[in-house]
Amino acid sequence: MKSLVIAEHDHKALRPATLNAITAATKLGAPISVLVAGFQADGAAQAAAAITGVAEVLHVDDAAYEHFLAENMAPLIAAVAKDFTHVIAPSVSNSKNFMPRVAALLDVAQISDVIAVESADTFVRPIYAGNAIATVQSADAIKVLTVRGTAFNPAPATGGSATITKTAAQPAHASVSFVGQELSQSVRPELTAAKVVVSGGRALGSAENFKTILEPLADKLNAAIGASRAAVDAGYVPNDYQVGQTGKVVAPSLYIAVGISGAIQHLAGMKDSKVIVAINKDPDAPIFQVADYGLVGDLFQIVPELTKAIGD
Amino acid sequence: MKILVTVKRVVDYSVNINIKADQSGVETANVKMSMNPFDEIAVEEAVRLKEKGIATEIVVVTLGVAQAQETLRTALAMGADRAILVPCDGELQPLGVAKALRAIVDKEKPDLVITGKQAIDADNSQTGVMLAALLGWPQGTFASKLEIADGVATVAREVDGGQETLKIKLPAVITADLRLNEPRYATLPNIMKAKKKPIEEIKPEALGVDLAPHFKTLKVTSPPQRAGGIKVTDVATLIDKLKNEAKVI
Ligand SMILES: Cc1cc2nc3c(=O)[nH]c(=O)nc-3n(C[C@H](O)[C@H](O)[C@H](O)COP(=O)(O)OP(=O)(O)OC[C@H]3O[C@@H](n4cnc5c(N)ncnc54)[C@H](O)[C@@H]3O)c2cc1C
Repeated sequence: MKSLVIAEHDHKALRPATLNAITAATKLGAPISVLVAGFQADGAAQAAAAITGVAEVLHVDDAAYEHFLAENMAPLIAAVAKDFTHVIAPSVSNSKNFMPRVAALLDVAQISDVIAVESADTFVRPIYAGNAIATVQSADAIKVLTVRGTAFNPAPATGGSATITKTAAQPAHASVSFVGQELSQSVRPELTAAKVVVSGGRALGSAENFKTILEPLADKLNAAIGASRAAVDAGYVPNDYQVGQTGKVVAPSLYIAVGISGAIQHLAGMKDSKVIVAINKDPDAPIFQVADYGLVGDLFQIVPELTKAIGD
Repeated sequence: MKILVTVKRVVDYSVNINIKADQSGVETANVKMSMNPFDEIAVEEAVRLKEKGIATEIVVVTLGVAQAQETLRTALAMGADRAILVPCDGELQPLGVAKALRAIVDKEKPDLVITGKQAIDADNSQTGVMLAALLGWPQGTFASKLEIADGVATVAREVDGGQETLKIKLPAVITADLRLNEPRYATLPNIMKAKKKPIEEIKPEALGVDLAPHFKTLKVTSPPQRAGGIKVTDVATLIDKLKNEAKVI
């Protein structure tokens, strides 16, 4: 057995989710190689080599991988994967874009969003927005997996000294070109890695209220800001704030849901948080069923009061 | 331009699901079933492209049990022109479905395939991408905006850090995200008209593809339930609890 972990990175550095994927790979007990495919990605390759538990880093550097286009990533990963029994990527938007393509090229299934590794061929994953948990056994020679960061602790980022081997690129796909990106700028911790998340729902009512009501609380707690789908759809915050079945999955130490009703699609993204606080004016809101501490009342009064009282 | 849209019949998003006592799966008998919400968005996008004069024909396809015809009828009532049902009673997995769809694409030769980004039952988020891989086509996944001109699709995609934009040459596969559009409700006259639109049946054997499962579901269980919490009366109590009981601030 040999495991290949696909690094999630921004060329200069690894993203935290890579470390969680390494831990998932460690559960298999096989030697771990990490593929760093990027452009001018020496920084990311060196960071990968330093992770405890990594035996080898395969570094492919080419402009074709600058934007992690699935059409270019998939043939590369599929070619490298031939020498491995398991190909593992953190469950992030890049891997959701290219891993099923890798699996199809290899003519194998993909097991998405793995939350536990039972054995070399048996994995646990949520279905139906996390309302059911399936244990599945793969019959494929190469197992293609994406793994949920929230289910695995990060591997130590230092302590390793893996060799870095430069590996050849594959030809780029001619029919796709990258036009541009609009990334949300934030000085806050990354949503999926934050210890505290403050999320707002439809009840916030405006983008302005996210700024004046939620941000001061998030500032005090050094928290990331999240949102329900309703708040994103209404344009109060960008799409990458969405927590839920079809947004991001988070499991911070503290999750504060403000003016969020607690639809199953939202709970799917946050119910593994250690402590959940709900602030909602409806005492029967479903969010209270998962909240450790609920406060019934008007968020426009409670949140400023809470912000003021914290740290006093 | 011809568009192929894929749809799946799933347990309605509002249903509180039950797990079968023998842990073999989720109960789907006597449960409200609907079109996968992301597929509704895919159908809607195709219909809008037709209304704009960009698309000329919309073919909608599903694999599944006989009742999946209802899902096809819904798509026809929304504005698709005709439908294909590949009747299958056994377990379907994304790779097999993608292979069957590839065979349908070979037959129908659409310029564009639109799928939902994921189905809300198994939450795999794989089929559209696997289809693109098998066809060797480019893909625009998690699309929140789609423009088509001169054989090129400009796609805005929702990604972890925000949004990105790609240009892809047709033929291509698009997978629809939530904010691509808001699907219409079928009107009564259109529901009546849809009854007359053709649904073709193509047996899986006729497609010559291997639908055998690649993995086996050993069991399906309930997720761990959270222990019930408490309601606190004021902000001071909340802060006290978070500090001294939960020790998270
Ligand atoms: C296919 C699909 C995928 C989806 N994916 C997601 C997803 O990933 N993430 C997600 O979040 N949703 C998702 N949804 C949507 C989900 O079903 C809900 O519609 C959504 O989560 C509701 O958002 P909300 O709680 O902000 O709004 P609402 O349900 O409208 O709740 C607003 C809450 O605010 C409370 N409130 C109002 N005013 C105040 C006040 N002044 N003070 C305090 N409380 C107040 C109300 O009591 C209410 O509980 C999805 C839906 C579908 C169909």
